[in-house]
Amino acid sequence: MTSPISNPLLWTVPIVPLLPLAGAAINGFFGRQSSKKAISTVALVFCGLAFFAALLIAASFSSAAAPYSFPVAHWIRSGAFSADFDFYLDQLSLVMLLVVTGVGFLIHIYSVGYMWDDDGYYRFMSYMNLFMFFMLTLVLAKNYLVMFIGWEGVGLASYLLIGYWFTKDSAAAAGKKAFIVNRIGDFGFLIALFLMIKHFGSLDFTHVFTAVRTLPTETGGAGPLTAIGLLLMVGAAGKSAQIPLYVWLPDAMEGPTPVSALIHAATMVTAGVYMVARSSAIFDRAPMALMVVAIIGTLTALFAATIGIAQTDIKKVLAYSTISQLGYMFMACGVGAFSAGIFHLMTHAFFKGLLFLAAGSVIHGIGGEQDMRKMGGLRVYMPWTFATMGIATLAIAGIPPFAGFWSKDEILWKAFGASWVYWLIGVITAFITSFYMFRLMYMTFGGDYRGAAVQEAHGHDAHGRDEHGHGHGEPHESPGVMLGPLVILAVLSVVGGFVGYGNRFEHFLAPVFRVASTQVAQEASREAGDSTLEPLLMAISISVAGLGWLLAHLLYSRRPQLPARIAASLGGLYRAVANKYYIDELYAVLFVKPVVNGSTTILWHDIDQGVIDAAVNDSADAARHVSDNVRHMQSGNLRSYAGWVAAGAAVVIAYMVWMGVR
Amino acid sequence: MIPLFYYLLLSGILFVCGVLGFLIKRNIITIFMSIELMLNGVNLSFVAFAAQWHALSGQVFVFFVMVVAAAEAAVGLAIIIAVYRTRETLNVDRVNLLKL
Repeated sequence: MTSPISNPLLWTVPIVPLLPLAGAAINGFFGRQSSKKAISTVALVFCGLAFFAALLIAASFSSAAAPYSFPVAHWIRSGAFSADFDFYLDQLSLVMLLVVTGVGFLIHIYSVGYMWDDDGYYRFMSYMNLFMFFMLTLVLAKNYLVMFIGWEGVGLASYLLIGYWFTKDSAAAAGKKAFIVNRIGDFGFLIALFLMIKHFGSLDFTHVFTAVRTLPTETGGAGPLTAIGLLLMVGAAGKSAQIPLYVWLPDAMEGPTPVSALIHAATMVTAGVYMVARSSAIFDRAPMALMVVAIIGTLTALFAATIGIAQTDIKKVLAYSTISQLGYMFMACGVGAFSAGIFHLMTHAFFKGLLFLAAGSVIHGIGGEQDMRKMGGLRVYMPWTFATMGIATLAIAGIPPFAGFWSKDEILWKAFGASWVYWLIGVITAFITSFYMFRLMYMTFGGDYRGAAVQEAHGHDAHGRDEHGHGHGEPHESPGVMLGPLVILAVLSVVGGFVGYGNRFEHFLAPVFRVASTQVAQEASREAGDSTLEPLLMAISISVAGLGWLLAHLLYSRRPQLPARIAASLGGLYRAVANKYYIDELYAVLFVKPVVNGSTTILWHDIDQGVIDAAVNDSADAARHVSDNVRHMQSGNLRSYAGWVAAGAAVVIAYMVWMGVR
Repeated sequence: MIPLFYYLLLSGILFVCGVLGFLIKRNIITIFMSIELMLNGVNLSFVAFAAQWHALSGQVFVFFVMVVAAAEAAVGLAIIIAVYRTRETLNVDRVNLLKL
């Protein structure tokens, strides 16, 4: 470990998370009384400072000197075990730091425009800053426990922001669902931590990974490292919405759209990928666990993508798309290509953040409508949103030279090295992704506007009712404060992929993953030597993306009546997809109902009412009955007291006589 | 000589009469008299034991009791007169307020 630190700039690292925390505190405590201008200034300045600090750190970062570590405070010292509040900076943290602060700052700017008219503006900004604090704690942690603080903290911020409009039942329920589903994952994560303490006596990254490296690879599929790996994956599946814990993410779309962009697309949901990549040393020694990661990722990618085809809510499509893309990242990690996973994480943060922000701009522009069937023709009304969202769509579909192409192709190439099955499913998913994304584009921006507002406005004054901010007549383009971040993210979605050109990104991250030389990864690199195969695979993935676009164009632009007929002819299959394969209903029957019923009858009626309440109530009743009888002694009648005295005396005398006679 | 038992029996009867009178009667003077009856019932047992055991302390005790009873009677009767003047009744059940 390199000891700090010749460069004073690197001392800014421990301050970076504190900046948004200060913003959150100021806005949280004083926001209610402040003007919206002041709130925006505080939120943006502190977030912007964090981004600026991250840039300074990046500028003075030296790969040769990494990893750096920054002790902040003593925390837990118990016997031989210690877990201090320390920060850690290596190539992986640096990438995450830049993505989180950069994309986070852009989305903060956007939020100013998007949330301006909301009553709880200060609350929103405070939560957003709070989220940034926890996310930065997560990515900068030096041990798993500090990481866990950030991990839980982002969950809290996610809960607060999903349920931000808490007066809406669906939003409150979605917040609870996200929190509870994440508890399952966090439980796995926590047990993994306990196992680490048990086996390595530490949670410190360097300490644990050094200890792990001395152990042999667990080939049999049974052992502490496999258990730790699988439990970490449970945690990652919860946070990053993988099978079987993905169900909370689509519901999380109840939150305001900037939240969906920041938390549920660009940053928080990728924490699971980051955590798996961070634990690459552990997974390296547990190939079984790594295989599970790959399988879960691959299945999730395909599964979520198929659901995305039939959704009509613009944000739900993007939510399933996010789940699917996260599946790609896990697939990459699972085949040992951690850097490809992180690469996709980064490009995904750009284009998916952009997609959500653009979707928010659309929703904003047509007065809160999210149903794509009521959109259409919006390219005329909001050209900037159309252009930027188009770029993001090209990026996610994997059309070169946009960012998504580079990272996705990298993953597919590495996956092919591991097994052609992963690759095939990945390519099918890429096709579906391209299809549903262009479907979204055509339904939203193509054709004619199908919303109600225009028909009403036809003939008479279209702008008459438009004066009052959201009283909405005609669809309109969003203000500049929202378009600015869109444009910047669009630029990043175009050029972001080039950092991976010539494997530079992979080489940059290589020191972090140097230990992760799994067999699959080795195989992948052997395959990589085959120079004719790579262009071929690249051509295939580009052509399936093009095919998806073509199909969407045919179905939703040339013959818009066709999809309904196809849907009708597919019948049950279509209904199953449109209803998300009834997974929510299945979980309701399997888990929610038994828990609720069991809690109601056994825990509530039997134990709580029958035992606990009954014990309290019955003893109170008994006391009352006894008192009820005894209180007649205290009649207030003096002579009855005298009578009691006389009777008492008589009893005492009788007793003494009785004893005395004996 | 009359056996001790008879004295004690009489003493007990007198005492019980006093107790019953105290409990049952409502006239404050009757109650006062009942108290005196109880005191004298006890006095009787004191002197009986004193005679039985030829111990003078019992007799002395009786004098103390009689002195206290006399003092008590003086105070008590004064209170009764005061009560009667203010309330015009001697019924204890109607004298249930310390302050009018």
